[in-house]
Amino acid sequence: MKNIIELDQVGMVYETGSGPVEALRDINLAVGEGEFISLVGPSGCGKSTLLRVVAGLRPMTSGTVVVGGVPVTKPIPKVGMVFQAAVLLKWRSILDNVLLPAELAGLNPRDYRTRAHELLELVGLSDFSGKRPNELSGGMQQRVALCRALLLDPPLLLMDEPFGALDAMTRDDMNLELLRVWGETGGSEGRKTILFVTHSIPEAVFLSDRVVVMSPRPGRVAEVLDINLPRPRSVETRASAEFGKYSLDIYDLLTGRQSGESGSALQGLG
Amino acid sequence: MNMIKRKFFEWLPASLMFLGLLVLWQLAVSGLGLREYILPSPAAVAHALFSSEINWTGHIIVTGTAILGAFLIAAIGGIALGTLTAWSTVMGRALMPFLVFVNTLPKVAVAPLFLLWFGYGIFPNMLIGALIGFFPVVINTAVGLTQIDEDMLDLGRVFNAPKWKVFAKIRIPNAYPYILSALKVTATAAVVGAIVGEFVASQSGLGYVIITSQSSLNTPLAFGALVWISILGLALYGAVAVLSRVLAPWAEGQEN
Repeated sequence: MKNIIELDQVGMVYETGSGPVEALRDINLAVGEGEFISLVGPSGCGKSTLLRVVAGLRPMTSGTVVVGGVPVTKPIPKVGMVFQAAVLLKWRSILDNVLLPAELAGLNPRDYRTRAHELLELVGLSDFSGKRPNELSGGMQQRVALCRALLLDPPLLLMDEPFGALDAMTRDDMNLELLRVWGETGGSEGRKTILFVTHSIPEAVFLSDRVVVMSPRPGRVAEVLDINLPRPRSVETRASAEFGKYSLDIYDLLTGRQSGESGSALQGLG
Repeated sequence: MNMIKRKFFEWLPASLMFLGLLVLWQLAVSGLGLREYILPSPAAVAHALFSSEINWTGHIIVTGTAILGAFLIAAIGGIALGTLTAWSTVMGRALMPFLVFVNTLPKVAVAPLFLLWFGYGIFPNMLIGALIGFFPVVINTAVGLTQIDEDMLDLGRVFNAPKWKVFAKIRIPNAYPYILSALKVTATAAVVGAIVGEFVASQSGLGYVIITSQSSLNTPLAFGALVWISILGLALYGAVAVLSRVLAPWAEGQEN
C-alpha cells in the first residue's frame, strides 16, 4: 500500500498576544491510500490544527508534510474538506452549494451538474436540490457539505468533527451513511483516503481502520491503534465485544486510567 | 383571502392611532381656538397640500432629485470605499482614520462651504446628503465583507481561488444584508441632507417652501411641505426595503 500522507517530526508553534503556544510536537504518521484514519483527543490537543496543516491551510514550523509524494507548502489541490459546521452559502440553492468547488477552482460548473445530482441522490437529497440551506435540518446540511467535498472527486477527504454538532441518533445515522458513501464513491483509483477528526471514541472506532490517539498541549501522538473490525460495518458492529474493547482501550489511553482499575462502570466491558 | 385579513389586522392598530391623532389634532385646534399660523388644523394642511398657490410638482421634483442623488452618491461611494478598505489591509489602515475623522465633522456646518464651492442648485444639496449618509455604508460594507466564517475562507483556499473570485462568490453576497441595512439609514440621511442644503440657500425645493412660508407666516404651507418630504422619505425607504427583500431574501428576519 502506497502512503498518501507522510508526516515527519511535524511541529507547530504559533504566536499569540501572551507569547508563543506550541500546538503540535513531533508528529509522525503515515497514512496509506484508501485508509480511514481518525484523530481523537481532548479539546485543544491540536487535532483540528493538524488537519489544516495537512491541507496546507496552516504552516507547520518544523518537520515535513508530504501529500501524494509532494511536500506541502501551500494549500493542496485535490482535497475535500468537511467542517463541524456545514458552512453552506445561505444565498445559494443546495445544488449551487454543491457546485461551488468547481466555480472556485475555475472549472465550468455546467460540466459538474450531473455529478452534483448523483451525489445528492447518493445521500438522499435529490428532492432538495432547489432548496436553500436554511430549509434543511442540520444532518441534511452536513450531507450537502459532504457532497460538496466530493464534487471534484478528490482522493483525500479531511473531515473536522463533521458530525460533532448533530444529535446522537443523527450522528449514528451519518456514520453509517459516510461508510456507505465511502464504499460507493471509490472511483477508478480505489477508495478515498479519509482523515477524520472527532472527540467521540465510539465514532472513531466505528469508522476507522486506525485510530490516532493524541495527547494535549502540545499535541502529540500518544498511540496508534489498529481497529480490526470486519467491514462492511453495521449497527450490529457497535454491539460486539471487540467494539467495546477498542473503545475502552482508547478511553484508557485518553484518561490515563489503568485497565482493571476498580470502581469503573466501564470495567466489565474490558 | 386569509393573507389580506391578516394584513388588515396587522395594520389596524397603526391606522387607528394615526386617525385618532388626526382627530385629536383637529379637535385641539378648533377647541382651543389656535391661530392658523401657530398650528394649522389638519383640514387646513390638506387644503394647502392641494392648493394651486404654489407649484408643488416643481418643488417635489427638485427635492426628490436631491434626495435620490444624495442617496446614490452615498451608496455607490460608500460601497466603493468599504470594499477598498476590506480588499487590502494597507488601504484600510490608510483610509479608515480619515473616514472616521470626516464622519465626526458636523456635516451641517460644512453646508455653507459646499454652497461656496459649488454654487446654488441641487448638486451641493446632494453632496451634503451624501456626506451625512455615506459612513454607515462604508462601515457595514467593510464588516459584511470581512465577517466571514474562517472555514468558509478555507474552502476558498483549498481550491486556490483567486481573491477576486472569493470576493465575488463569497464575500460580496455575504455583505448584502449588512449593506442593505446601512442603506436604510442612508435613505433617511439623504432626506435630512437635501433639506438642510435647501435651508442654507436655495430658490426651489420643499426646504425652500418651508423657509419662505415661515417669513410669510403661511404655516399650513410649511406643514404641507413636511407631508411631501415624509412621503418622499418613505418612498425611498420602502424602495430599499423592497430591494433588500429581492437581493437578500435569506436575510429576512435576521435584522430589521
